[in-house]
Amino acid sequence: MIRIVLAIVLAVGLLRPAWAVLDITVTQGLEGALPVAVVPFLRVAGSTIPSVDLAAVISSDLARSGRFKPYPFPDLPARPARAEDIRFRDWRLLGSEYLVIGQIEALGGNRYATRFRLFDVFKGVQLSGFQFVTPAAGLRRTAHQISDIIYRELTGEPGAFNTRIAYVTEFAAAGNQRRYVLNVADSDGHNAFPVLESAEPLMSPAWSPDGSKLAYVSFEHKKPSIFVQDLARGSRQRLSSFPGINGAPAWSPDGTRMALTLSKDGNPEIYIFHFATGRWQRLTHNAGIDTEAAWAPDGKSLVFTSDRGGTPQIYQMPVSGGRAHRLSFEGRYNTRASFSPDGKRLALLHGTQGNFRIAVLELESQDLRVLSDSRLDESPSFAPNGSMILYATVKGAGTILAAVSVDGRVRQQLAIAKGGVREPAWSPFQ
Amino acid sequence: MNQWLTNSIAVASLLLLVACEGTLGTKSDGTAANADKGAGATTSTGAETKPLVGSAVFQGHPLDDPEGVLNARVIYFDFDKSDIKKEFRATIEAHARYLANNASATVVLEGHADERGSREYNIALSERRASGVRRQMVLLGATEGQLQVVSYGEERPAVQGHDESAWQLNRRVEINYQSR
Repeated sequence: MIRIVLAIVLAVGLLRPAWAVLDITVTQGLEGALPVAVVPFLRVAGSTIPSVDLAAVISSDLARSGRFKPYPFPDLPARPARAEDIRFRDWRLLGSEYLVIGQIEALGGNRYATRFRLFDVFKGVQLSGFQFVTPAAGLRRTAHQISDIIYRELTGEPGAFNTRIAYVTEFAAAGNQRRYVLNVADSDGHNAFPVLESAEPLMSPAWSPDGSKLAYVSFEHKKPSIFVQDLARGSRQRLSSFPGINGAPAWSPDGTRMALTLSKDGNPEIYIFHFATGRWQRLTHNAGIDTEAAWAPDGKSLVFTSDRGGTPQIYQMPVSGGRAHRLSFEGRYNTRASFSPDGKRLALLHGTQGNFRIAVLELESQDLRVLSDSRLDESPSFAPNGSMILYATVKGAGTILAAVSVDGRVRQQLAIAKGGVREPAWSPFQ
Repeated sequence: MNQWLTNSIAVASLLLLVACEGTLGTKSDGTAANADKGAGATTSTGAETKPLVGSAVFQGHPLDDPEGVLNARVIYFDFDKSDIKKEFRATIEAHARYLANNASATVVLEGHADERGSREYNIALSERRASGVRRQMVLLGATEGQLQVVSYGEERPAVQGHDESAWQLNRRVEINYQSR
């Protein structure tokens, strides 16, 4: 098992809030990854030292995807910063197929200009090149944007580095109390920010399709309510506070509706709330448990968890209502399904022989592929480009976040130092 | 719960002490007893008496009786199950009877699950557990208005830990009196 701690470089000397404690470790699966040389960016003479090492962030992003294998900086044969400084022979000798160079220049007013270029080493040609002007506080984001450009250029698919994740942490507070925090962080776990703190449990964060809002379940009134919070403003409104369960919020892909679970009529059923009209539409009518709705990308159907057949399984139903048909058949426990962005597969939680693991169900072939080998996983969430699945898992006495590539080849852990971390939700593209 | 239990035992012991003073502290002829001043008192001879815990009839509120059946306030369940096991029927019956006899008493039935599986499904499962207990209590004479169900799923474990020794204590419905 290859174990590379990528975050050490990043963690040194950076101005980070105290909450930013997620560090990434790739646990397996770097074989077959494309070698890429990312050269530390040249600081233009006279520029103040930026707070972010862009090349380190880009290297970390590319490695995390499992598709690329960046070289450690000391292994680089040269440190060119301009196209005319590159001797492609050096890089062919190293075995690197691609080369990333760049420079950063302070512009005054706490702004920086960042230029980068991506080269095909064997053809000796530039594949891409961009310039960004960003405030100092936006430099990590600039690095993630560069990673996205490189990823798209080399894989043909959009990158998901310049995205965010939401997750819940819990820790012990003074006086035998617990604290629950809803956090939003960059996709690599940095720049974590607590958007809500509570003495009562917080659950089920769900991103609006435009990434501007989070819906979640809060027990702050000693019973569950669903809130919708505007992230930029910090303001929020209570959407649902019926007697019984108010749970599992899920935005429709067009953002006009929200599916959720209410038990006000006796037992948990799926409802759809229409934002424009304030109308509540009941979707399921069943004596069993119906919960954990997730929308198909085309917005025409929902999948959900139901134990109407005796064990919890995944069912699908048109948004207009009608007959539910069962999608999962393997094993006695399949819950918490969500669609891949292309709608071809579901990520779900699969119980097998006492273990609860992340699995992918291919909708066309009905193949179920178990992706993790741990004991107690939960809350799978697709990256917006469909390449990875983020989830929570138990490690030792605590809980951590982990991610796995959809083919199961690359797994990584996002360790958090303070308290238990869980219920990750990957944001849409920004 | 443990704090409450300790307090209840302390109250019970105190009641026993008072009882002892009344009977042992005064002689039948009315003369002042040059005798034991009740439990725990040490005489000049060095002999010491102690109350026999549990031997007296409990005189406090029935909900405070540490020996009483109403003192049991947690129902436990099997994994992914909500049917009430035989050994908890007496507990549910006793509380239902108490509620039937005390119309102003109200209870929150708090449903919980162990950490395995998905959180929202566990919320639903623990609601079904608590609703099952409520249904039984209503059948046995409590009124629906006396019983409120709140489900916490796996969010408030009674015991931290990632194995069956913790899980079996976390799959539960707690009977919490709001008023008696």
